[in-house]
Amino acid sequence: MAYQFDFAPVLQHSDLLLTGAAFTLALTAVGAVLGIGLGIVGALCRAWKISPFDRLFGLYVEVIRNTPFLVQLFFIFFGLPSLGVKMTEWHAAVLAMVINLGAYSTEIIRAGIQATPRGQIEAASSLALTRLQTFRHVVLRPALTRVWPALVSQVIIVMLGSSVCSQIAAEELTFAANFIQSRNFRAFETYFVTTAMYFVMALLIRQLLMRLGQRFIVGRPR
Amino acid sequence: MSLVKITGLHKHFGANHVLKGIDLEVAQGDVVALIGRSGSGKSTLLRTINGLETIDKGELVVDGAALHDGKGDLRALRQKVGMVFQQFNLFPHLTAGQNVMLAPTVVKSTSKREAEDIAKEMLLKVGLSDKFNSFPDQLSGGQQQRVAIARALAMKPKVLLCDEITSALDPELVNEVLAVVRQLASEGMTLIMVTHEMRFARDVGNKLIFMHQGRIHESGDPKTVFAAPQTPELAGFIGAVQEA
Amino acid sequence: MFVQFTTWDIVRNLLEAGRWTLALSLIAFVLGGLVGLAILFARISKNRLLQALTKGYIEVFQGTPLLMQLFIVFFGLSLLGVDVSPWIAAAVGLTLFTSAYLAEIWRGCVESVPRGQWEASASLALSYTQQMRYVVLPQALRIAIAPTVGFSVQVVKGTAVTSIIGFAELTKTGSMLANATFQPFLVFGLVAAGYFILCYPLSLYAKSLERKFHVAR
Repeated sequence: MAYQFDFAPVLQHSDLLLTGAAFTLALTAVGAVLGIGLGIVGALCRAWKISPFDRLFGLYVEVIRNTPFLVQLFFIFFGLPSLGVKMTEWHAAVLAMVINLGAYSTEIIRAGIQATPRGQIEAASSLALTRLQTFRHVVLRPALTRVWPALVSQVIIVMLGSSVCSQIAAEELTFAANFIQSRNFRAFETYFVTTAMYFVMALLIRQLLMRLGQRFIVGRPR
Repeated sequence: MSLVKITGLHKHFGANHVLKGIDLEVAQGDVVALIGRSGSGKSTLLRTINGLETIDKGELVVDGAALHDGKGDLRALRQKVGMVFQQFNLFPHLTAGQNVMLAPTVVKSTSKREAEDIAKEMLLKVGLSDKFNSFPDQLSGGQQQRVAIARALAMKPKVLLCDEITSALDPELVNEVLAVVRQLASEGMTLIMVTHEMRFARDVGNKLIFMHQGRIHESGDPKTVFAAPQTPELAGFIGAVQEA
Repeated sequence: MFVQFTTWDIVRNLLEAGRWTLALSLIAFVLGGLVGLAILFARISKNRLLQALTKGYIEVFQGTPLLMQLFIVFFGLSLLGVDVSPWIAAAVGLTLFTSAYLAEIWRGCVESVPRGQWEASASLALSYTQQMRYVVLPQALRIAIAPTVGFSVQVVKGTAVTSIIGFAELTKTGSMLANATFQPFLVFGLVAAGYFILCYPLSLYAKSLERKFHVAR
């Protein structure tokens, strides 16, 4: 009964896997940039109590954080078209990732903002900066610096979570794996290799983002 | 004509009546020392002058920029009033130079080149022209406080407020900061400072204000007032400070 | 065979499926907690090999998609000759996933007990086990409650992924209903509401615990 592991039928499709991985990375990159951007706006509205957007973002954050990503994705891809909003599976996947990451990063960045020492804001006020100028020039960068590791972790969680986008036929890495195992009937080996690829991607993304953060957010040589 | 004019100013923190009708005039070039026990309202009074604390009642005018019962153009006021804090409050993500350049570029839309020139000039004035590219955490407390002074001066304020600016410093760093303030005073800068440095207040100040229980309890020329306090509260305060 | 669904039919079907979501969440959380405790003790033990193995275990589960973990459990178990239903695969997969995350959360709690506590108890001649038992763990436990409750939300949401390996919980049932009724907007809206009703109280509870803890400190 001893099962013979055979990875050759998987590696034979390595071009498909690599293409899938590239799409996963592209999805993650777009999702991360827009999602963190949305998070910055959300955190500004929440922390600066900009009515009525602070309440709206509060509601949005709770709804997203208390429902599964897969359901959000289905709602966007299958549900919204019945309201006349048509989109491709790529658009739906990106939108779902942005909305999901946007909610988490709103909360993460808000925590960073709230850790701003009072004196920083007073100093900015005494220099006649407006509230928006204070946020933009004084508060934001130190806040992002404080929470950058948490944001990076969240981006990785969203990258890993994007594997369920295969369910709406977005042709990312998991979709490629599903396709390959349906051809070679080597499900275990196929998913094993795919899992390893995700693992490596997670490591690389963490390295890359921590470096980018050091360079562009902390912004000073060590 | 006075540069700063405060009339009938009242301020509450909840049920606590911290400023009970302050009247104060400061002329161009005055160096005013605000003294008093903690809780006497001296810091609160200083902070109302650039709008960090709201005013419940009364009028504040600084060089034409007015707040009446707390209403008015705060940003116009703040552009005339610089402030230096006890805890320096430098922006940690910006270099010393960028700290000084920030407000001119953002608030006054000064060009970057020009702001850079201003920053260099101001850092030179506080004796830190070689620290333009240093980050705050690479500077000593005294140096940070001097950068903070340069930052406030870069907005060309009419009056500079100093809120216990040497209290957070190690003793050996106090003098370098006081020297800068002394220099500013001699150049004719209008200064209002809350301070515990009594000798400095006497030597550099031309007006002393003793705050007690939310009121100006006694005021006058520092040398006279220190030599012969008129009220038992001030006499007690001076005695307590000298013992310490 | 065309069946007309009323909204009530949809809701009733979803409620029935929701019981499976709830059951799977509870099982994964309880079993995952037990396994996680074992992982935790190995992770903070003095045995280098155990430390390294459990560190790897945690990193693998935190560094790969839950969906992949479920696939590997599902297909891996069948390679071992075990006849796996989606239900078993879902329970095993989510349990392992949960154990890794809880072990890591709890390790953080143990490590946040101040060093001075270790030193003080060592100076009283307590053994490592006694230090753990009487000094460190009781304090870590207090710190751990809020993030543990908070993580339970991730477990409930994680159950949705098991729909992909064919476990008929809330999301899977929702997908089938959406196909059958041609009302995806309504159905997935209701599905989302179902998860929200399960998760939101847990989130609120976690937040209030956290606040209470910070006040107490």
